[in-house]
Amino acid sequence: MSGSHADREVVIIGSGPAGLTAALYAARANLKPLLIEGLEAGGQLMLTTMVENWPGFRDGIMGPDLMGEMRAQAERFGTEVVQGNVTSVDLRHRPFTISLDDGRKVTTAALIVATGASARWLDIGSDRKLSGRGVSTCATCDGYFFRGKPIAVVGGGDSAMEEAVYLTKFASKVTVVHRRDTLRASKIMQDKAFANPKIDFIWDSEVIDVSDLEKGEVTGIVLRHLKTGEIRHLAVDGVFIAIGHTPNTALFRGQIDLDPNGYIVTRGGTRTNIPGVFAAGDVQDHVYRQAVTAAGSGCMAAIDAERYLEGLPAADAASVQPSATA
Amino acid sequence: MASENVKTFTDSNFDEETKQGVVLVDFWAEWCGPCRRIAPIVEQLATEYAGRATIGKMNVDENPNVPTSRFHVRGIPTLVVLKNGQLVDTIVGLVPREDIVSALERHL
Repeated sequence: MSGSHADREVVIIGSGPAGLTAALYAARANLKPLLIEGLEAGGQLMLTTMVENWPGFRDGIMGPDLMGEMRAQAERFGTEVVQGNVTSVDLRHRPFTISLDDGRKVTTAALIVATGASARWLDIGSDRKLSGRGVSTCATCDGYFFRGKPIAVVGGGDSAMEEAVYLTKFASKVTVVHRRDTLRASKIMQDKAFANPKIDFIWDSEVIDVSDLEKGEVTGIVLRHLKTGEIRHLAVDGVFIAIGHTPNTALFRGQIDLDPNGYIVTRGGTRTNIPGVFAAGDVQDHVYRQAVTAAGSGCMAAIDAERYLEGLPAADAASVQPSATA
Repeated sequence: MASENVKTFTDSNFDEETKQGVVLVDFWAEWCGPCRRIAPIVEQLATEYAGRATIGKMNVDENPNVPTSRFHVRGIPTLVVLKNGQLVDTIVGLVPREDIVSALERHL
């Protein structure tokens, strides 16, 4: 059943819960998967601290530890993990070709895309320019630098509340700035944030600028009240942005069908518009976005890929036409 | 760390170790996930550039002065390139290996 012209039966791009679970299942199905880690190896959980909603760990587990375990488990059953970043994919010809940043090319009969999503920025220019100078999208990386200082957290979802609560360990005061007058975060995270005496809220407001570009460090943010139009300045030393994520699909644009927000469109499980290409995790999920749902869809993708490969003509998987696939 | 080519910079040895030639400093900490991703790249480069550039790491937890006071580091990983003691390049966040290589090559 192996594609005689393909280097691999299955290649997986991405090393978060979706990619590593796909690898675990594909490896146990004896497909000897190759997993390409990508730049943000381990995915979003590498940027978290305690994960309290991963089943099986009643006291929680540290995000990076969980990812280390997942990776070791996938490797134990024969997954080959390569560091490196994919620079382009050719999904128009079979076998598919994946090009890596070290110049290597790999061909494969089936592909599982689990490239996840990366933190969104504000889109105001000054936030990115002051990245590493007081603007951050990673509280666990950068909170340390704001001991005893006032900071702002932008956003109203679970990640924003988690970051706000976490940052109170360091900051003198945390001000949450949110566009609406209610939080999107889950009840338990809202309660944690509201109960914390170091956290204040500014409602119905958006950040229109981060000062001070000339000094090259953050001195404050400029806010606009969305109902009154009132402009105010808030003096802070740091700004943590937690306004959601953008799917990492630039590589696939024009080949895999994407929805208007850039997420991969999957149907009938994890199938994409291209037979033999499957997608799992946050790259195709803007609804649930949990580690456990990502892992679940990674498992589905591996099973879907296995069935797809079983349906290919034994002699030459590489030359199969889309219409011939099960 | 594994490679003996990787310097360990501290608040006390920093000036002495960086005053000559091209130096790459990786500001990092134990608790920083993305830093663990950069570390093996920095270690590889330390071996590849041995004799041409000084490459090393500086733990921001253990060294309160140089990273935050002098270089105003507010996020890690941050890499800086120095030439004869002068700051010539700053790289913030997780970047591909080539970005680090080209920052080094620009000043060699």
